Amino acid sequence: MTDISDETIPSGEPVLSLRGVSKNFGAVSALTDIDLDVHAGEVVALVGDNGAGKSTLVKILAGVHQPSSGTITFSGNTVTLANPSTALDLGIATVFQDLALCENLDVVANIFLGRELSPLKLDETSMEVRAWTLLNELAARIPSVRIPIASLSGGQRQTVAIARSLLLEPKLILLDEPTAALGVAQTAEVLNLIERVRDRGLGVVMISHNMEDVRAVADRIVVLRLGRNNGIFYPDASNHELVGAITGAADNSVSRRARRLQVPVNSNQEGHP
Amino acid sequence: MTKDGKQAAMLLDRSDVRVKHESGVSDAVRAFFDRVKSGDLGSLPVVAGLIIIWTVFASLNPIFLSSNNLVNLLFDASTVGVISLGIVCVLMVGEIDLSVGSISGFASALVGTLWVNQGWPIALAIVAAVAVGGLFGCLYALLFNRLGMPSFISTLAGLLAVLGMQLYVLGATGSINLPYGSAIVDFGQLLVMPRPVSYTLAVIPGIVLLVSGLRTITHRRAAHLSAPSVSGIVFRAVVMTTALELVVFYLNQGRGIPWMFGLFVGLVVAMSYALTRTRWGRSMTAVGGNREAARRAGINVRFIYMSAFVLCSMFAAFGGVLSAARLASASQQAGTGDVNLNAIAAAVIGGTSLFGGRGNAYSALLGIIVIQSIANGLTLLDLSSSLRYMITGAVLAIAVIVDSLARRSRVSHGRA
Repeated sequence: MTDISDETIPSGEPVLSLRGVSKNFGAVSALTDIDLDVHAGEVVALVGDNGAGKSTLVKILAGVHQPSSGTITFSGNTVTLANPSTALDLGIATVFQDLALCENLDVVANIFLGRELSPLKLDETSMEVRAWTLLNELAARIPSVRIPIASLSGGQRQTVAIARSLLLEPKLILLDEPTAALGVAQTAEVLNLIERVRDRGLGVVMISHNMEDVRAVADRIVVLRLGRNNGIFYPDASNHELVGAITGAADNSVSRRARRLQVPVNSNQEGHP
Repeated sequence: MTKDGKQAAMLLDRSDVRVKHESGVSDAVRAFFDRVKSGDLGSLPVVAGLIIIWTVFASLNPIFLSSNNLVNLLFDASTVGVISLGIVCVLMVGEIDLSVGSISGFASALVGTLWVNQGWPIALAIVAAVAVGGLFGCLYALLFNRLGMPSFISTLAGLLAVLGMQLYVLGATGSINLPYGSAIVDFGQLLVMPRPVSYTLAVIPGIVLLVSGLRTITHRRAAHLSAPSVSGIVFRAVVMTTALELVVFYLNQGRGIPWMFGLFVGLVVAMSYALTRTRWGRSMTAVGGNREAARRAGINVRFIYMSAFVLCSMFAAFGGVLSAARLASASQQAGTGDVNLNAIAAAVIGGTSLFGGRGNAYSALLGIIVIQSIANGLTLLDLSSSLRYMITGAVLAIAVIVDSLARRSRVSHGRA
């Protein structure tokens, strides 16, 4: 297990910094003493097994849950994220796994949902221009912004959801499983998208179960296990190390399976390792 | 993506080569068929239904298409049409109000009692009746928002309870006659637009279409977006004006256009604007499409439901007042029978989905003309009401089947 020391962490003040954050649901402690730093222009992947506390952590950052203890520093100020709109106003945008798009509305209407320009006489032209500008900045491949979301693919929907979260010029964007349920090509598009969001100077926190995706795009990989920090890794870490940190043991079902598959190939015979 | 010269020269929304864009007339026709095939029927079922119904009735009884009968039809359509407009509001958010008939009956009873029996000024009586109607909607919304009571059940309970109130208000006599010659009864039975007014009003939609269309073109060109062609807009405006003027001309051969129908159309236009061009309308569509997404987008979902239910009940009450004026009486029968189903059927036939998130105010207008044509035609054929109920029921069933099939097709074609 490699816990990498401070010298390789990107320089500059982190845009988001968590210190000793804990969250209890009754007797269950979902998170214990979590430390997390996210810098501007950095993709931090949050990985962990089911029940490791990833979603709870994201919900705390999105303002859905409040931490039981610990401090959250955002842009140098200690903040209290009392509800989702506080988080949004501060500049923390969240794209949840189910995207929360209205399939019967078109792309423009979804991007501006709840934030339409001139409420009594909707300014469709300005909204459409802004929507195209956002999508073009992301180099998104959306055929038309005047078609309902229902006719878009999963990757395109993810793009619309990310574009929507960028509408309010956030400093930090939280992505919950952005590549789950996507095909190979669409996953690649979304990963490109994440890189472009990072290149705009935003901090990105991304939850994922897919180690390949994580290694492809993340600058740092933060492992949670049973609600605690369990190491920080870099994309060059081996699968073995990552899985070890996630599951908490070098000898686990994943590594055993990997060895079992390797042995017959190498020695060309049946047998146990 | 960097915006080099080539990019900037291109239109902002035409840079993706994978999308087909209709440009000529043939493309527009092909796009129309594509839309219909994928289940995006729009007002097609209504137009088709109307042609069939009118052909059948006209062949059975030539009086059906006489201008005076059509004027009568418009008088009758206005009352239930206003109720149907309210139904469009609740259907937009994916809910239902089954008590609109009772509320309309109760409102007519209230107007009768307050105005004729208690001597209130007529305007005040109408305002009171509509306000009381709004209270029922408020109650349904509270039951829905706070207690999670399905609107299907709460309004079914309301159907019975409000009918009880109507009977209670009317008392032993059971009906109150509104005096003939009073302004409201004249409005409901006689008042038609003077010829010049009707011809002038029929020009307005074309002018509005032209002016707003040209303004949209200017704005979109200025913003480097593709814009519809000027000739297309002019063509549509001319066609629309010609059609409207012909309709007005034909109706003016008879008694002329009822003011009550003018009021109904005015309400439809106002609701259409509110539903399509305001944040409130966008929120209504969003809540009907995906309630959770709307909530997360910061929309006050409870307020949206509240506004939908309250508007629906207020329109129902106002429609009840109009039908009292039409019949010159407030009776125990007002709002019972097929009023409920006609109002709901009109909205659905017109193209507002029972499943929420799809629809427009014009569906109330188109749908009620279909429904009223059936009722009117069957009356002209002197059929018993037993048969009328059966036929209207069958038409409603067909409308819902078309809606369901179209929805399934939209889902499979990715147009939900």
